[in-house]
Amino acid sequence: MKLCLVVDDSKVIRKVARRILEELNFDIEEAVDGQDALDACDRNMPDVVLLDWNMPVMDGLEFLKAIRSREGVEQPIVVFCTTENDMAHIRTAIEAGANEYIMKPFDREIIEAKFSQVGLI
Amino acid sequence: MRTEDFEFLAGMLKERSGLMLTPDKVYLLESRLTPLARKRGLDTLDALVQKLRMSREESLIRDVTEAMTTNESFFFRDNTPFDLFKNHVLPAMEKNRGSTKRLRIWCAAASTGQEPYSLAILLRENWMKWQGWNIEIVGTDICTQVLEKAKAGTYSQFEVQRGLPIQMLIKYFKQEGDMWRISDDIRRMVTFKPFNLLSNFIGMGTYDVIYCRNVLIYFDQQTKKDVLERMRKCMASDATLFLGAAETVLGITDAFRPVRGQRGMYVPSDGTAEQAMGLG
Repeated sequence: MKLCLVVDDSKVIRKVARRILEELNFDIEEAVDGQDALDACDRNMPDVVLLDWNMPVMDGLEFLKAIRSREGVEQPIVVFCTTENDMAHIRTAIEAGANEYIMKPFDREIIEAKFSQVGLI
Repeated sequence: MRTEDFEFLAGMLKERSGLMLTPDKVYLLESRLTPLARKRGLDTLDALVQKLRMSREESLIRDVTEAMTTNESFFFRDNTPFDLFKNHVLPAMEKNRGSTKRLRIWCAAASTGQEPYSLAILLRENWMKWQGWNIEIVGTDICTQVLEKAKAGTYSQFEVQRGLPIQMLIKYFKQEGDMWRISDDIRRMVTFKPFNLLSNFIGMGTYDVIYCRNVLIYFDQQTKKDVLERMRKCMASDATLFLGAAETVLGITDAFRPVRGQRGMYVPSDGTAEQAMGLG
């Protein structure tokens, strides 16, 4: 099974995402901010990170830049999942190395569509 | 709902759109027509049926037909038919139509436009190759309401996230408030017009590719056969037909044969399209 790290400061969002992704046969780990996510990656590199943008301590974009400078561009696959839904944010995220981008609110169909586009399903 | 009312509506829908409504779909009538009844100032679905029986009012019949025909659509729905288009159909057509540089594509159940726009995007991705070509993409649907939306090319945040890769959103869409609008370059590549698959196909000309997905499932055997055979008559012998994943020509008509190993892809039985597509 593939491992997905769900990074979001909202417990509710983590729970919803976990339920959808478990149904899609992913193992799940959770992190509450970017720093927590970096620590999780050091312990056990996930196949994919579902990444919120606005979080305390370290935001999603900082996490993305940090992980890309450390690990290169291949691993892990990063799918942003955020309420930031304007073109400027989308471009910034993709330029920083995000593989896909989900605008909240999301549902199972969107997660499934996006994960299949990056070859995870 | 009374049996005779159900039969009346089912009969009317069959005659108008070919839609086959079985008694287990009563809930669909109720969920889709009750809001329409209210909009028309009628209290109940029964009142709507009474009005239809009494007046046979054309605009009401049309509204009922439109409300009952399914219009769900995504960009690059099911992926495979679009991968086949990109990797096999287009290279074959580039060769076979190299002298006329003319390519005609028909989406016969275009709904809100995602399917023809997805094809236009795939052509656009390799646009240099198609310079000097006359490429026509026609999207038709029985429902005029969905065609208005298709023409506008404006989609909600939910709609652009089902099937559309983010790179393509960045490249081909503009944000307008809460909505996303497809670029004029793509929009101009597709022509939308109302068309009923039960009508005759005179004046359709000859198509090289036809997408007719997830509409035949609503028709009875004879109607499926009639529609498919009329389609064959407006296709080149090396043309390709795409049906929905749950649809087939087998046991319905021998005008087409399935392309081996490629689900949903069919070619005229008397043609040799597979070889040119590298699928022989």
